[in-house]
Amino acid sequence: MTLFKADNLAINFGGIKAVDGVSFDVQKGQVFTIIGPNGAGKTTVFNLISRIYNPTEGKLFFEGNDITEVAPHNIANLGIARTFQNIELFEHATVLHNLLLGRHAHRSGNLASQMLFLPSQRKAELAHREKVEHVIDFLDLQHYRDTYIVNLPYGARKVVELARALCTEPKLLLLDEPSSGLNTEETEDMAFWIHDIRNELGITVLMVEHDMTLVNEVSDRVLALNYGRVLALGTPSEVQSHPEVVKAYLGG
Amino acid sequence: MGGWTLSEIVQLLLNGLAAGCIYGLVALGFVLIYKATEMVNFAQGDLLMLGAFMAYALIEHYSMNYWAAFLGAVLFMAVFGYLLDTVILRQVIGQPQFAVVMLTIGLGFLFRSGASMIWGTETRAFATPFTDGVTRVGGFVIADVNLSIVIGTAILCGLLYAFFRFTRIGVAMQAASQNQLAAYYMGIPVKMIFSLVWAISAGVAAVAGILLAPVSLIDVTIGLIGLKAFAAAVLGGFGSIPGAVFGGLVIGVIEQFSGIYLPEGFKDVAAYIVILLVLFARPQGLFGNIGRKRV
Repeated sequence: MTLFKADNLAINFGGIKAVDGVSFDVQKGQVFTIIGPNGAGKTTVFNLISRIYNPTEGKLFFEGNDITEVAPHNIANLGIARTFQNIELFEHATVLHNLLLGRHAHRSGNLASQMLFLPSQRKAELAHREKVEHVIDFLDLQHYRDTYIVNLPYGARKVVELARALCTEPKLLLLDEPSSGLNTEETEDMAFWIHDIRNELGITVLMVEHDMTLVNEVSDRVLALNYGRVLALGTPSEVQSHPEVVKAYLGG
Repeated sequence: MGGWTLSEIVQLLLNGLAAGCIYGLVALGFVLIYKATEMVNFAQGDLLMLGAFMAYALIEHYSMNYWAAFLGAVLFMAVFGYLLDTVILRQVIGQPQFAVVMLTIGLGFLFRSGASMIWGTETRAFATPFTDGVTRVGGFVIADVNLSIVIGTAILCGLLYAFFRFTRIGVAMQAASQNQLAAYYMGIPVKMIFSLVWAISAGVAAVAGILLAPVSLIDVTIGLIGLKAFAAAVLGGFGSIPGAVFGGLVIGVIEQFSGIYLPEGFKDVAAYIVILLVLFARPQGLFGNIGRKRV
């Protein structure tokens, strides 16, 4: 079953075609990875999907619905979460508060009942807290629960951002270079978690990644981009042995 | 303290606290907008003036009762603030800070001229349930208008605290002020949230204006109180909401006492002397965290 589909996506910045006629679809339960050399347009595709940029041409579909015009803040309500290459957390808040904000899209109730913190609100808050605790357990963040983000090491922040995305209970998780800035050991952990996110939580993952070890380990399908165009699409080994891909990476 | 009785000192303190509450409320408006949007709204004092005139219009022209007019004027100003952001201020997002400063100073002029065209330049007043009343507590006589300002400010601060601490929108405002990009992907409509911050700031300014009206009476220049409130916000650290209110109280009290203990004229410049001293000695303010602002 197709969960997400990009159809003939294109965007121009000035006269430059950063992304040009990119089409692909992501099946439910897959880990789908976009690779490519620097400047290939990977992050641009990502920003198009998460609606930071408006495509010049083409359409995006999520669960069969056209989401090309959906505002970025409504992406979360649809069930799409994302992380950022350079980490975007609420730095002057604790890990717990960051994760609870991941529940924002699921909060309900009117202003008065919230201000008075009525029993119904209390109950809802406890349920949110429970969800958050599940994620904390899942990603082994117990130790950092009450730490302010500014005091966390980089690697831990990366995991917190992943945790916050999981707290939104997404159907599709967009990961922008999950291994960037991580050391080898942390990258191995990340591969392990992406595996579990798909297998245990059943969440479809669409990621941009350049660490080929991680890509090979977790991806079901790989899309190679260069100069904003699709070079190859297939299994990790198919794509890596594709002559165009080899040429793009090694030159020549 | 020679020559001054305890009763007189308490009286001065109360006057100072009442004035300080007004500075604090206006300063709170500055800080709310600054924290969320990194804009400094130099028209904040003029929003106070418009709020007071709205209440005046509702009471005198539409013969509404004080409480209904209070609520009406605050709601009107909140909508006004919301539209100010959506229609005008959003256009300068991404422009240099200087553009925002000039724009809000210009808006302040516009509001003052608009108000003088509608209501004239003479001083106005409206009757309130507190005018001329006094309350005796122990041996002290407290003017009801001062009491109403202090209690009104306390209630408003309590409401704002509950709002920011517990409500979905309040928490969303804190989130959006810390990281807009992340806030978007938590499902927070950041632009609307910013407009709501403007609405709250304008509403708070209106409350301050209406509470102040029986003390200072209303004319188109009462918005100049915004300058002293600015000093209060700097004293509090310009990024701290409790700091803004506390800074207001400190400046209000210092002002009252300097009027008595220092030579003639010091009362009017006390606030600015305080701001200078703060900038020399502790530029981040009493509660400040500007030094560790996100870059």
